[in-house]
Amino acid sequence: MKAKKTFFIDKKTLVPAILDSIKKLNPAAQAKNPVMFVVYIGSILTTLLTIYSATGHDAGGSSSFILNITIWLWFTLLFANFAESVAEGRSKAQAESLKSAKKDVLAKKLAEANKNAAITNISSTSIRFGDIVLIEEGEIIPCDGEIIEGCASVDESAITGESAPVIRESGGDFCSVTGGTKVLSDWLIVKATANPGESFLDRMIAMVEGAKRQKTPNEIALSILLTALTIIFLLVIVTLLPMSIYSVNANNSGTPVTLTILIALLVCLIPTTIGGLLSAIGVAGMGRMLLANVIATSGRAIEASGDVSVLLLDKTGTITYGNRQASQFYPVNGVEAKEVAESAFYSSLTDETPEGKSIVLLAQSYGFSQSLVDISSMNFIPFSAQTRMSGVDFEQNQIRKGAADTIKNLVIQSGNQYPEDVDKIVEVVASRGSTPLVVAKNNKILGVIELKDIIKEGIKEKFSELRRMGIKTVMITGDNKLTAASIAAEAGVDNYLAEATPENKLSMIKNYQQEGHLVAMTGDGTNDAPALAQADVAVAMNSGTQAAKEAANMVDLDSSPTKLIQIVEIGKQMLMTRGALTTFSIANDIAKYFAIIPATFASTYPVLNQLNVMHLATPASAILSAVIFNALIIIALIPLALKGVKFQALSANILLRRNFLIYGVGGVIVPFIGIKLIDMILHFLHFA
Amino acid sequence: MSIGYIDLILFFLTFTLLSIPLGLYIANVFNEKINYFAWLEKPIYKIIGANSKRDMSWQEYALAIMLFSILGVILLFFIQILQGFLPFNPQGLGKLSWDLALNTAVSYVSNTNWQAYAGETTMSYFTQTIGLAVQNFVSAATGIAVLIAFIRSFVLTEAKTIGNFWKDLVKSALYILIPLSLIISITLVALGVPQNFNQYVKSQVVDPQTIHETVNNKVETKIVNFQSIPMGPVASQEAIAMLGTNGGGFFNVNASHPYANPNSLSNLVLMLAIIIIPGALCFTFGFMVNDQKQAWTIYITMSIIFIAFTVMLMLIEFKGNPLFNKFNIDQMMSSLQSGGNMEGKEARFGIFGSSLFTSITTSVSCGAVNNMHDSLMPLGGFIPLFLIQLSEVAFGGVGSGLYTILIFVILSVFIAGLMIGRTPEYLGKKIESFEMKMVALAILIVPLIILLGSAISLVIPAGLAGIGNPSAHGLSEVLYAFSSAANNNGSAFSGLNANSAYYNVALAIAMFIGRFGVIIPILAIAGSIISKKKIPVTSGTMPTSGFLFVCILLGVIIIVGALTYIPALALGPIAEHFMLFK
Repeated sequence: MKAKKTFFIDKKTLVPAILDSIKKLNPAAQAKNPVMFVVYIGSILTTLLTIYSATGHDAGGSSSFILNITIWLWFTLLFANFAESVAEGRSKAQAESLKSAKKDVLAKKLAEANKNAAITNISSTSIRFGDIVLIEEGEIIPCDGEIIEGCASVDESAITGESAPVIRESGGDFCSVTGGTKVLSDWLIVKATANPGESFLDRMIAMVEGAKRQKTPNEIALSILLTALTIIFLLVIVTLLPMSIYSVNANNSGTPVTLTILIALLVCLIPTTIGGLLSAIGVAGMGRMLLANVIATSGRAIEASGDVSVLLLDKTGTITYGNRQASQFYPVNGVEAKEVAESAFYSSLTDETPEGKSIVLLAQSYGFSQSLVDISSMNFIPFSAQTRMSGVDFEQNQIRKGAADTIKNLVIQSGNQYPEDVDKIVEVVASRGSTPLVVAKNNKILGVIELKDIIKEGIKEKFSELRRMGIKTVMITGDNKLTAASIAAEAGVDNYLAEATPENKLSMIKNYQQEGHLVAMTGDGTNDAPALAQADVAVAMNSGTQAAKEAANMVDLDSSPTKLIQIVEIGKQMLMTRGALTTFSIANDIAKYFAIIPATFASTYPVLNQLNVMHLATPASAILSAVIFNALIIIALIPLALKGVKFQALSANILLRRNFLIYGVGGVIVPFIGIKLIDMILHFLHFA
Repeated sequence: MSIGYIDLILFFLTFTLLSIPLGLYIANVFNEKINYFAWLEKPIYKIIGANSKRDMSWQEYALAIMLFSILGVILLFFIQILQGFLPFNPQGLGKLSWDLALNTAVSYVSNTNWQAYAGETTMSYFTQTIGLAVQNFVSAATGIAVLIAFIRSFVLTEAKTIGNFWKDLVKSALYILIPLSLIISITLVALGVPQNFNQYVKSQVVDPQTIHETVNNKVETKIVNFQSIPMGPVASQEAIAMLGTNGGGFFNVNASHPYANPNSLSNLVLMLAIIIIPGALCFTFGFMVNDQKQAWTIYITMSIIFIAFTVMLMLIEFKGNPLFNKFNIDQMMSSLQSGGNMEGKEARFGIFGSSLFTSITTSVSCGAVNNMHDSLMPLGGFIPLFLIQLSEVAFGGVGSGLYTILIFVILSVFIAGLMIGRTPEYLGKKIESFEMKMVALAILIVPLIILLGSAISLVIPAGLAGIGNPSAHGLSEVLYAFSSAANNNGSAFSGLNANSAYYNVALAIAMFIGRFGVIIPILAIAGSIISKKKIPVTSGTMPTSGFLFVCILLGVIIIVGALTYIPALALGPIAEHFMLFK
């Protein structure tokens, strides 16, 4: 499910899309879209007129003209259907790959939550909520669930596309599993959290297939506008006939406008371009989210993400690399920096955490080398939650490093003095947003190690881009205020929440919403669930708990903390595409009037030919050219509808000017050129 | 010619300079910072039995307007029917036909003032003052009330009520319309406009006229020695007809009558009186939402439309009629003549004074005329017609002009807002599907009446019977009548005999729906918007002020107007133009 080719269609999807667009010509499918339904009725009427005319009756105008109009009206419909089919086709392919993960597998149902309990073999489709199942090495997990017991590495590539296995274990934030993924090692006892057909995979498939796709609020508002425009034009066309009859009588020349021309005029004027592409834009928006490996539970959520004005971002992983790195040793009490480095080096030799490794790395710059040390004679004391420090004992030396207050206790309890300098250094280091680790040797303080939070490259620029787009960034961290303020300043976020708890996170969201902001956030833990439920756009990490996923309205399969920014961009892009094509569609009508009006009244008021500024060859070719242009522009804009208009992080003002010029002014000019070209080709081919 | 432009610039500057303080004054009246007439307000509320303390939901507000207006129609209808029995009728004018009375009643209540009658020979002084003039005040006050309720919805947040109609109505009349019409009336009297309740003066003509009349297939020759000179409370009637953008003239020929508009100075006063309140309300909006940039954006958009069409009209009319060229008739402007197409115009106003009046009265939903629009050049006639069809957004009627352009602003914001990737908002309020539904309704209703009404009238015998010029020009006449009625303008392309049962009823329906079919959706939008939160402005917010937004708003207004009416206009004034200038 990773990003694919850029061209919007290939041979494999072309044929099904064409077949599907023909299938969509049934009235039930057409009635869903009022704009295209008018075209549909028009096409049926002209078809009848064609038959009437072909059987020797006078249907107004030459039968070849009526036939040509009829053909192009049907093409207009087919092109609009085709756009939707192509968009859906892409999603269907993704749904297929998801479906392949959803196999009917054999599940081992346990009588109780115990590995040795009695096992009944049942089909995965008959697992009910609350059932307990055992999954062993190499088996497919049969249902969504929560791990009650066990720890295993799980291959989730079927859903995420990510081949590296992840660790799942009971308790904590990594306790949920998704049906269809595979246990690679060890075993798990899982309690099912969904009935068949309601699992995450099922919901994803339904979402992707668009079966549950409902119109989003903005799409509804736009449809209202398009319907209103259609009604206005319908009115214009319906009243044109009596006006034409009056003019013929008053002027004693010409014939009233024919039904074929009225239908052609109507189809050209109603906003078929946006009407035909509207549904494709929505489907494609969902598709783009999928390409970004995000599953949205509703189109509404995607749309809301375009409106987000506050982003709550976790510090760790989003703003800083998750781990801290040693950057400096600060000696105290006349101790040499090298001595601090030495002790820090020994105490961290077997520490496999990124922090530990970084201490070793920094100490190497003082000339210490791992190859010169025999660790077999050393007794390492790993970090534990109880002692809150780690260290090493060797050759009667006892080295300890840990948080300032822990080491302070240790030193004071052993009767030694705790130098005041230490507190000062610790404070200074902390105020920079770094973590101070105090090092003691034989219960005497040597100095302080500064573990620095490293801000991600380019994140500051990203934030200023967001600011330009009018989006506030808020950093969420468990750090204290001092630390948080310093990192916030360095990263360039607009605000921060220090010592974050689920409660103050929730109240912060509420406050922003009270001010009228739309808030987006990412979360993974169960304790994030209330905040996720409150946020307008809530993205849960796929690695997160079931509770977080339930509360969220999007799931990020990559579990990437920076995904939120991409989601906002996709949301904006979808709205922009709609707006741009609506503007283009309406602006197109000006040129169409210049083509059609002189042609329509050519027999009654030949003088109106002065409005034929494009110098179209004949009235028939003028009308046909406008109808053909109207059909072809839909095809021409399919790639734009699917890809979305180019997104740039610009301020509203500049963005508006740019899009207004391209789609508004461009929309006025393009059809003049297009219609003229088509007319020249028609004339050259002696078509009309 | 350049004098014309200088005059236009001076007129416009004066207008702008007067609009700003008046706008501030009106804002203070509705913000209740100005309460000079509080002592008068309270007894009025008591008399009409209104509880001015309790605010209304939008439905209640709309209901109050509908009841008040329908009551107004009924009252006015019966005054006209019964005027023979009522006082202040020195000429002994009798009752009107039911259809004419209905048409006139709806016309005045809907702030249209379409007149299918000749004032001086139809309406008694009682009907004019107690009937028509009262509606001139209250229909204009209703327009202001609706606008103020609409503006409130952008000021307040998360509220359920949009204000009290009776209070808004009384304040509009008491603080704005009555004081201003006093000033204008006195000015007009000073400029020579009569103000009395006298009988018409019968005077001997200096040069007796011989006329030939056909009676019973026999030609009879009569010598006319006497003429009747109409009198009446003309100055006060004219003042409110202009200020309230009503436009109903005391005389049949409206403001081209020498007693209604005696000289070029009175012409200037009348023009200012028409446009001043609609212009000032833009600034009232700015003061109330506390954002003058928004006010200027709308004001400039309106000004561009107004000035562009005025200049076009002046150019067209100055150019004169090509049919005269072959007779070697001099149509050039000189010190001895105003030049151009003078058919239907008063010599004392000339091309400039007439053209400016025409564009003001049609872009500002007034409908008073000082020249005959029917006699404008084909494209000259196209301009007032198109200005009306643009829904009279260039200043427009009192209240109605601004609330109509705000509908277009919301539409522009919706389309443009999408283009920047946000669901649209205006002044911090989100525009969602309910608002779009109501915007669609408000924009649909008027073209529906105009196009259907014109189309039907052009094919049925009752409609065709009224057409004086069965040609492209005849189509323009019918189109103009329905455009004028549905947009509550009230001016006419004379040539159409509209005093028939068919036209009286059809146009009454058009005026009623054109007025209240727009007011109700506006109030619905107000009710929905006022309940919303205000979204803070960020750099991601779409700017609704400045050059770019003016362009977008102009584009939307012109394109919607053009797309709706160009096919019909092509068969009317445009075809006529090309035939004349072949």
